[in-house]
Amino acid sequence: MMKKLIGAAVIILLWNACKFNEQKTLPIAGNRDVVTKTADGKTVTDTVYQTIPAFKFVNQYGDSITNKNLDGNIYVADFFFTTCPSICPVMHRNMLTVYNAFKDAADVKIISHTIDPSHDSVAVLKKYADKLGIAGNKWWLLQGKKEDTYKLAASYLVSSPQVDAKEKYIHDGYFILIDKQKRIRGQYDGTVPEQVTKLIEDIKTLKAEPDQTTAK
Amino acid sequence: MKLKVISGICLLLAAFLYSCQSEDELEFSRYYSAGNVIYQNKCQNCHGKNGEGLSALIPPLTDSVYLKAHKDSLSCYVKYGLKGKIALANKTFEGEMPANDLAPIEIAEVLTFVTNSFGNKMGTITSQHVGDDLQKCK
Repeated sequence: MMKKLIGAAVIILLWNACKFNEQKTLPIAGNRDVVTKTADGKTVTDTVYQTIPAFKFVNQYGDSITNKNLDGNIYVADFFFTTCPSICPVMHRNMLTVYNAFKDAADVKIISHTIDPSHDSVAVLKKYADKLGIAGNKWWLLQGKKEDTYKLAASYLVSSPQVDAKEKYIHDGYFILIDKQKRIRGQYDGTVPEQVTKLIEDIKTLKAEPDQTTAK
Repeated sequence: MKLKVISGICLLLAAFLYSCQSEDELEFSRYYSAGNVIYQNKCQNCHGKNGEGLSALIPPLTDSVYLKAHKDSLSCYVKYGLKGKIALANKTFEGEMPANDLAPIEIAEVLTFVTNSFGNKMGTITSQHVGDDLQKCK
């Protein structure tokens, strides 16, 4: 009887240990293609995931920033403008929480694209950054051609910003999580604190994925 | 007999006072809860759920000293917006607050909510008070 009980306990313990070791991974969003190619004389089938295309913008310091500057980083992207009267303050209040959570993580960055580049010059963005209380190169506020930004929004699977008389622009308040392979790993409503808490948890999960730890 | 009359009057007076007070309290609750809803719809995105503001971009609503000193201007700020430099909570702010097309009673409600939340305690700001203040907006 006693032996049986001990046996059962051992099994349960082992079972739990197994579960503990099981790697939790995030899903990969976006379109995917299955391609068959020939490599070294062998035919291999591979899944190609949607990735964020190349881009070129300027940050709040006036430095040119391209997709290359984000190589080897997990990053969170959003779209905003500095004179936004509606959802932006609440988004960036929440993004500050993300910023503070990963302040010391070398491979996590945040990029915020302005959708109003004619007003949000580099100087305006720098002032906004100072007032928001962010410094260094953890969180870039990016400015560039309007068409480029709008086109990029589509590849993040968020709707293109709309011009609106009262609110100036209507845009999504999503925070998009991108992995080191530039794949979309999650979308979170940046205006909802619970979603932002989930984002922070998901970044930790993502950071631990083998694909991410080995990527340069 | 005399005693009965006197105690009766006293009782009446007490009841009167009590009902008066609860009338005020009722008014306060009405203003406060209606103001809470307006706050969520019109103010919370920028000023935050706890009136905390946002860094040095958007001022907090927690500086009781500032709110008391500017009590008679608050209605104007809500109605016509606010531009230019202001100093409170040990910081300077120079953004722009948009105007809000609210009726005097709504302004009174939201101000009653704000000035009695986030550590503030200024009592009811009545619709009458707001109406008077709005006459003096610069």
